[in-house]
Amino acid sequence: MDAAQESLKVAIVGHVDHGKSTLVGRLFHDTGSLPEGKFAAIQAMCQRRGMPFEWAFLMDALQAERDQGVTIDTAQIWFRTARRGYVIIDAPGHKEFLKNMVTGAAAADAALLLIDAAEGIREQSRRHGYLLHLLGVRQVMVAVNKMDLVDYGRDRYEMIVRDYGAYLEELGVTPRHFIPVSARQGDNIAHPSAAMAWYRGPTILQALDDFQVMTQPDHLPLRFPVQDVYRFDERRIIAGRIETGVLRVGDSLLFSPANRVGKVKTIEAWNVPSQPIQASAGMSIGITLEEQIFVARGEVASHETDPPVESDVFLARLFWLGDRDLAVGSRYTMKLNTAEVGVVVQSIDRVIDTNDLSTKVSARVARNEVAEMTLRADSMQALDTFTASPPTGRFVLVDDYSIAGGGIISMQGYADQRHLVARRSSNIQRVAHDVTAENRERRNGHKGGVLWFTGLSGAGKSTVAVAVERRLFNLGYQTYVLDGDNVRHGLNGDLGFSPEDRAENIRRVGEVAALISRAGMLCITAFISPYRSDRDRARLAGGAQFAEIFIKADLATCEQRDPKGLYKKARAGDIPEFTGISAPYEVPEAPDLVVDTASLTVDKAVERVVGYIQTRFAIDATRARN
Amino acid sequence: MNHLDVLESQSIFILREAFNRIDKLAMLWSLGKDSNVMIWLARKAFFGHVPFPAVHIDTEKKFPEMYAFRDRYVAEWGLNFISDTCPPVEEMDATLPPAARSAARKTAGLRTLLESHRFDGVIAGIRRDEEGSRAKERYFSPRGARGTWEIKEQPPEFWGQFNTTFPPGTHLRIHPLLHWTEIDIWRYTLRESIPTVPLYFARDGKRYRSLGDADITFPIASDAGTIPEIIAELETTKISERSGRAMDHEAEDAFERLRTQGYM
Repeated sequence: MDAAQESLKVAIVGHVDHGKSTLVGRLFHDTGSLPEGKFAAIQAMCQRRGMPFEWAFLMDALQAERDQGVTIDTAQIWFRTARRGYVIIDAPGHKEFLKNMVTGAAAADAALLLIDAAEGIREQSRRHGYLLHLLGVRQVMVAVNKMDLVDYGRDRYEMIVRDYGAYLEELGVTPRHFIPVSARQGDNIAHPSAAMAWYRGPTILQALDDFQVMTQPDHLPLRFPVQDVYRFDERRIIAGRIETGVLRVGDSLLFSPANRVGKVKTIEAWNVPSQPIQASAGMSIGITLEEQIFVARGEVASHETDPPVESDVFLARLFWLGDRDLAVGSRYTMKLNTAEVGVVVQSIDRVIDTNDLSTKVSARVARNEVAEMTLRADSMQALDTFTASPPTGRFVLVDDYSIAGGGIISMQGYADQRHLVARRSSNIQRVAHDVTAENRERRNGHKGGVLWFTGLSGAGKSTVAVAVERRLFNLGYQTYVLDGDNVRHGLNGDLGFSPEDRAENIRRVGEVAALISRAGMLCITAFISPYRSDRDRARLAGGAQFAEIFIKADLATCEQRDPKGLYKKARAGDIPEFTGISAPYEVPEAPDLVVDTASLTVDKAVERVVGYIQTRFAIDATRARN
Repeated sequence: MNHLDVLESQSIFILREAFNRIDKLAMLWSLGKDSNVMIWLARKAFFGHVPFPAVHIDTEKKFPEMYAFRDRYVAEWGLNFISDTCPPVEEMDATLPPAARSAARKTAGLRTLLESHRFDGVIAGIRRDEEGSRAKERYFSPRGARGTWEIKEQPPEFWGQFNTTFPPGTHLRIHPLLHWTEIDIWRYTLRESIPTVPLYFARDGKRYRSLGDADITFPIASDAGTIPEIIAELETTKISERSGRAMDHEAEDAFERLRTQGYM
């Protein structure tokens, strides 16, 4: 970019009254950037209030801000150095206005964190430091302000450098500089301080010039979220902004989560010397496709080789700004790229105290808190992890007409479901059977079906399954058990234990169980199957004859039983991502039957399952229901 | 992407977002340099089209050159043009200073227009660098039932996500030029050859930097007769852009009061 025209956006953050607005005023004055008459206008405002000259009035433009002496909302102001232009983003430091601090800081290339030398590190000093990291601001410097109030003492400065440096270090933030300043007196702002000869580092102005303007993420895989589809002048134009990567005419694009492919015919543009043949991150563009495929807002175009993850469940680290607490079970609208979808808070895994970085377990997240949680969307979404692709790996939640929180995405322990949603070839047709389901039911004396057992390891799935199989067999039922360890020897011998392989394991079992049930038999499956999405897929394959049976026992009971010694190994860290210990178990929302093995004997449990089967899968009972 | 490309792309994204999320949308076209850039950006966003009405709140006190400009480009740009006049100054809040009271007519005109056309989104070409309370604006800024701005209750807005839903009976202001500066506007106008009202160019040592009603807007001393000369002037000037707009300077909070009551 042309250095003469580029501008760096710097957010000024920190605890209330530590001097953020004053520093901005001083910076403007000392660089000769104040508009004519502004100094006099501020003087008049202060005289009217009978107070000493207040630099903060440069940016505290609201009457309420000047009257109360506190910055309420974030503001932006422009100035230039010899090197380049700057947009200074002043952020409020009062806890009450954290949403405004986030609004300001999220737009910044870099941040200047201010700490009052006399007062030291305060609550918002830490919270702002934490949020900067979460917001994706990586270039940070710290100004230790009001050095005049501590007699320009080096010890005080060094203590803050040590303590605050250690805190930031834990977050993974390394400030470029710690600069001792006095904004009110002008020390080390634009000019080196005579009172602090012991300090050899740069002034604020010099340090600002060291920062870099954020470059567009062209190097990441292509993500082009569809913002709208227009039909202008006989062209069907897909409009949107490229968030990452590069798009070229002739590229084959995969639209997710719809899983449709189309080839870029043109990149459309108005009032340009020649039609573009490529476009890159940051550009708002429009394209046409060779094929007439259906594309809608919210879908994400990528190249086929490097697509986004597809999932309806994911983990998030989220800061909450809403007036009402966020709670387990709450519903919100999520905005992710250009998609808007309903999400439910499935679990709050931990709430983080930004003061000391300690964590606690809680079912609620209050305003201004940060927490890690599991969210479930109403439908499959195309998403990225924040680590892989920051611009597309984050989202906001909307509560009651207002953005109320922001989160970054992680998929730890959760599978990419893309390859599980089988892309059906249009050339395959089902062969019609001459023997009907009814024929089979008559001969067997019962309907076919899938009895899907789910529960923690040690809950008793295999034990109950095998006993139910025996009982049904004795009663004359056609039945067969599919067990976890057994299928891994053959059918799924090629699969490991990654989240994707685990999901594929369950997908195959679901399909096989469905085939067995269509053959007229009762298929009992005994798999932990901890994820709702996997079980939902098995239900989809099994159709109307699918029954989800929750073999329920609490973790403590299962761990005490530990029939295969797995919990012991998991606790020792020998088994990574073990369900219930280091990976989630998503409790069934509406199981067809719950069998509580913590309170029932094996015989009673078997009786309950068999009783259920006799009602649900008997021919007469079915007819009576219809 | 150069500096102007970045600004342009962000504005296009906002315009498209507004067009997609808001049912009854209109763009305020004051005929000034900023709103001409805004129309231009809409044509970029929608490939030569402006798919919503361009609205002129007519105080009937604009300069003749502005009316001539309006009539020409309504036709040339194929705009869906709506114009409405404002009530007389006597009906305005009498506690406002004189120029602000005069400017308040525009707020009242806008309110009438919103009600008669049932617009729930209004695109306005304000910029953060113009004035202190505008520096605190959002791209998508909710307005209360009477068009009021709840200045202390602004919702958060970050990561390119905007507040696009609003309670019934209220509306949104959309500000696609919020991140532009005065000099950016001129550089872009030059690059794109966007037409402008000639009053911006110096005649007899004076030119207008900002255009409003003829009776409360004053020219500045300047010899800048071309856009490159205006850019050169702005690179060194220390005079603020709206210094010639009387309503900004009558009282410390005159402009803020205008804006909380619904002014742009």
